[in-house]
Amino acid sequence: MKKLLSIAMIVLLSACASQTTQPDGDEMAGTGDGMSGSELMGSESGRPSYFNQLNDPSNILSQRSVYYDYDSYTVKGEYRELVLAHARFLRDNPSASVILQGNTDDRGSREYNLALGQRRADSVRNMMTLAGARDVQIESVSLGEEKPRAYGSGETAWSQNRRTDIVYRGE
Amino acid sequence: MPISRFKSFRGTAILLLWLISATVFAQLNIEIFGGGASRIPVAIVPFADEGRLSQSITPVISADLTRTGLFRLIDPAGSTPHAPVEVVYSDWANRGANALVIGRVIHLSSGQVEIQFRVMDVATKSQLTGLSLTVPATQLRTAAHRIADVIYEALTGDVGVFSTRIAYVLKRGNKYALQVADADGYNAQSIIEYTEPIISPAWSPDGNQLAYVSFEDKKPVVYVQALTTRERRAVASFKGSNSAPAWSPDGKKLAVVLTGQGGSQIFLVNVDGSGLQRLSKSPGIDTEPSFSPDGRYILFTSDRGGSPQIYRMPITSSESSNAERLTFEGNYNVSPDYSQDGKSFTFIHRHNGQFNVAVQEIGSRQMQILTSSKFDESPSFAPNGKMILYATEINGHGILSAVSRDGQTRQHLTVQTGDIREPAWGPLPKWK
Repeated sequence: MKKLLSIAMIVLLSACASQTTQPDGDEMAGTGDGMSGSELMGSESGRPSYFNQLNDPSNILSQRSVYYDYDSYTVKGEYRELVLAHARFLRDNPSASVILQGNTDDRGSREYNLALGQRRADSVRNMMTLAGARDVQIESVSLGEEKPRAYGSGETAWSQNRRTDIVYRGE
Repeated sequence: MPISRFKSFRGTAILLLWLISATVFAQLNIEIFGGGASRIPVAIVPFADEGRLSQSITPVISADLTRTGLFRLIDPAGSTPHAPVEVVYSDWANRGANALVIGRVIHLSSGQVEIQFRVMDVATKSQLTGLSLTVPATQLRTAAHRIADVIYEALTGDVGVFSTRIAYVLKRGNKYALQVADADGYNAQSIIEYTEPIISPAWSPDGNQLAYVSFEDKKPVVYVQALTTRERRAVASFKGSNSAPAWSPDGKKLAVVLTGQGGSQIFLVNVDGSGLQRLSKSPGIDTEPSFSPDGRYILFTSDRGGSPQIYRMPITSSESSNAERLTFEGNYNVSPDYSQDGKSFTFIHRHNGQFNVAVQEIGSRQMQILTSSKFDESPSFAPNGKMILYATEINGHGILSAVSRDGQTRQHLTVQTGDIREPAWGPLPKWK
């Protein structure tokens, strides 16, 4: 499996190298400048330089969490821009990939919550693929109630735990 | 604390027994509800010379028998027969005992310990059964559990489960340990320890392996691990989430829940990870599979009807879309586990904001709620179907608890500090 993956990565990388990605100025508005060709240029630390963009606090891409209402899996309007910005970033940086981790509060069955968290991660994935990110760039998974951001019971903690985190591979 | 906790139970007589083990400073409290007219009155006389052992035998036997809710222990105070000739049956009849357990411990020169015991029928003044066991001094609890099994079997005609093991997850600080312990919570051993969560341990039918879900790779992956060699392998590590392993009764396959093809759906996979086959096909969530003992059906949780409910589907893939809904009371019924006779299942039922252990007969659809705590999880039938092990919460801490099939007897297994969750009751040992 690992071997297959690395072969796939090589194919993917060479495909990128030979193509000239021409960012559409309009659509790139959310992601700053046209850095899409830069994903192959490693920074000094060996990391792709697009991480600078992802971690720039003034860039919407530095926001990585989508929160949900109780018993809901719909990406709320206020998180739409955030998700679309990541989708465009993935579209324009084909070598970038993310793992989307859905989370729930801790009420009820752990396995059922795992399935509910998956539904949250899938909702973000679907939005991203519709906006041009490719399936191979996204893995949506669930952590269920196992990795709470806030401990304790009560709506304050629970609302923090009903979320999907966008984690870039290699970060 | 438990006294005030259970005072609120209307009209039930409460008997609270504190049994303190000689070697471990853990308190096991057993709470019994109801009149108990049907309980078998049995007197267990401390065995001759057991006081010299590092672990007394009879307190372990007494705790085992009491936990089932099927026995009423008669105080043997003032009378200590160890051999049949020393038994004054009229005395025991006056105390209300139907059966009497007597025995002795012999310290062998090899360092081993021989335990001889007999179960006497008070009415007929005869021996029902008796046995002699020779064990290393380190296995006295194991011997006590075997004796409890023999007594249980002689008095109920049913198979005893005191020599079985349980698995669960212990969380201490940010460490997670998958542990295996005796059915009473003692002799705990860590099988594997992580700084990432572990959930859903499931025993292989032969008791030699555990399947479980680990989050060590930033996502849930299903592993199978051998208990003796500690060797382990990933059996479901597909794109997306991999969870909820359940063994087929022949031990050759696992039902798992995968998300790679959309939604959370139930698949079958060979124990070596090959031969993936999709079982459930719904647009919703299908999870928490549990095999029927004959391997023909799977119980599972699905929200296809709008709320999580328990369904049953035949295992044959052509019929698997043909699922039958089994639970109808309330809007949250999850975590089904088949009883060993295939006639009922235990599950978690939510009502009035509480999550409780319930059982339901598959034929009659009769449901019974067995607990009254707030947050019960992961119910698991004993291999004789007479008790259910589950996780619950006290003062914000996860502990294990066992409840009798009729809900009349509950016991907290509070041997360890830390948060204990995700219990799974193991199969009968091979010699059974």
